[in-house]
Amino acid sequence: MIRTEALTKVFESGRKNVSVRAVEALTLDIKQGEVFGFLGPNGAGKTTTVRMLSALIGPTAGRAWVNNFEVGKQDRDIRASIGILTEQPGMYDRLSAEKNLNIFAQLYGVRDVPGQVEKYLRMLGLWERRKDPAGSFSKGMKQKLAIARAILHEPATLFLDEPTAGLDPEAAKIVRDFIEELKIEGRTIFLCTHNLDEADRLCDRIGVFKQRLIKVDTPSRMRTAMFGREIEFRLRRAEPSMIEQVKHFDFVKNVEVYDNRLIIGIDDPETRNPQLVKALVEAGAEVQFVSEVRHSLEEVYLALVTSGHK
Amino acid sequence: MRIRTIIDKEWAEVFKNKMVLMTVLLFPLLFIALPIISMATMHSMSSLQSGKTPEVILQQCQTIGLTEVECLQTYLVGPFMLFFLLMPLAIPVAIAAYSIVGEKTTHSLEPLLATPVSTGELILGKGLAAALPAIAATWLSFAIFLIGARFVAASDRVYAFITQPMWFFAVLLLAPLLTITSVNVTIWISSRVNDPRAAEQLGMMVMLPLLVVVFGQMAGVITISLTSILIASAVMLVIDIAMIGLGVKLFQRETILTRWK
Repeated sequence: MIRTEALTKVFESGRKNVSVRAVEALTLDIKQGEVFGFLGPNGAGKTTTVRMLSALIGPTAGRAWVNNFEVGKQDRDIRASIGILTEQPGMYDRLSAEKNLNIFAQLYGVRDVPGQVEKYLRMLGLWERRKDPAGSFSKGMKQKLAIARAILHEPATLFLDEPTAGLDPEAAKIVRDFIEELKIEGRTIFLCTHNLDEADRLCDRIGVFKQRLIKVDTPSRMRTAMFGREIEFRLRRAEPSMIEQVKHFDFVKNVEVYDNRLIIGIDDPETRNPQLVKALVEAGAEVQFVSEVRHSLEEVYLALVTSGHK
Repeated sequence: MRIRTIIDKEWAEVFKNKMVLMTVLLFPLLFIALPIISMATMHSMSSLQSGKTPEVILQQCQTIGLTEVECLQTYLVGPFMLFFLLMPLAIPVAIAAYSIVGEKTTHSLEPLLATPVSTGELILGKGLAAALPAIAATWLSFAIFLIGARFVAASDRVYAFITQPMWFFAVLLLAPLLTITSVNVTIWISSRVNDPRAAEQLGMMVMLPLLVVVFGQMAGVITISLTSILIASAVMLVIDIAMIGLGVKLFQRETILTRWK
């Protein structure tokens, strides 16, 4: 679990007497077993937040708890109880994959070092290449090795900074599937990503962040809050009389027509759709498809970041 | 346990680096070969060039009853003995220069700092990883030199000069203390620069004070004695204790992570 109260980080530049507010009064409550997507543009302060929460750097103000340990007071306990995937894999390139993991397993105090190393090398498909230097690995393989390193000591909470950045689709899928497995195991995952589709698929909630937290919610609630709910009725042929027919309903917020498609804004489609279908049929329409318009998380994100910026 | 893991990691990483390995091997080979070859050359050539030894040196030797060959060997072997104090300064620089900045350039420092390892454990582990090979190489080189010198020394009197207690105190006591100084200085530099080569070049400056002593001794300005070795050891002990304490305080995880570009 992760909890923050007005967590703030200001970087002071001694030479120019300039201060940069990287993170401003961040308040969050992430429950055990939740996958939390932390979204924001480059330079928004995501990495600084991860570094504060993983007890690598101290906050300027505010407080934070990770796995019930307080940042700044129980830093070693925090570091022992979390796993972190940094932006760059940062492996020891001259050493074998197995040696890399052995070192970190020992530093984390893992009891069964060979067993844990083998478990995760096999799980991530690197067992056959375990004796090869990490430097000879492709970017995807290095990333998988870095994920294995982050999970070796079975941490309750994981911080993943851009886990699929720069990976080919196949490698990205393996990593995403692995994150889903970690989610099923009940680990708390703090996921920083620019891949909004990935966030949409993996995250229980997302936080849009740009120096300060702009909005936190589930992806679907964010869509609804931003765009409302819209239903697309695809007709064989749309006539003006049909449009007038649906406009009469007081629960219809708006109607837009694109060719033979009617986009109707309503709050409760589960209840209202049958009424609308019936009305359209009575007006002579042949209804081919009915589906909910799904706005992409990208649209939500861009709207939030742009308005948040202003 | 964590300190041992860090040492193991450092050695595994560093000794696969050909540049570092070459530096670590070069100094001992050079510092064994130079005095042995010089002594052997003097031994074979001095009879042919008899009478060319500077009068001042010869007069000093004659007062203690040394022949011209013995005189030349003891005169030149003195500065060479100080090379065994340069070695524990130079070797750790090659290893420790990569310790922090090397991890920074390969982006492996952040995952390492994210483990529960404490700053003290990290510095100690990295420090010992640089110091132990340097001390071992110095002692081993000195032992090899002593064996070699037995064969090229002009007489037992020359060999007795080489094996006088002063040099044993220098190599067994002062050398490890100098190593600790060198390691501390280099790790401190390595945590503040952006390039391993810059760390190595700056770190090598730690040898400058000793080079002054070497040239001072050659010029006859400085005389090395057991007393001066013991005083130097005491001073280095104090400096080392202060530097170890200061090193942990000066190692700012946050600064290293956030200010390095």
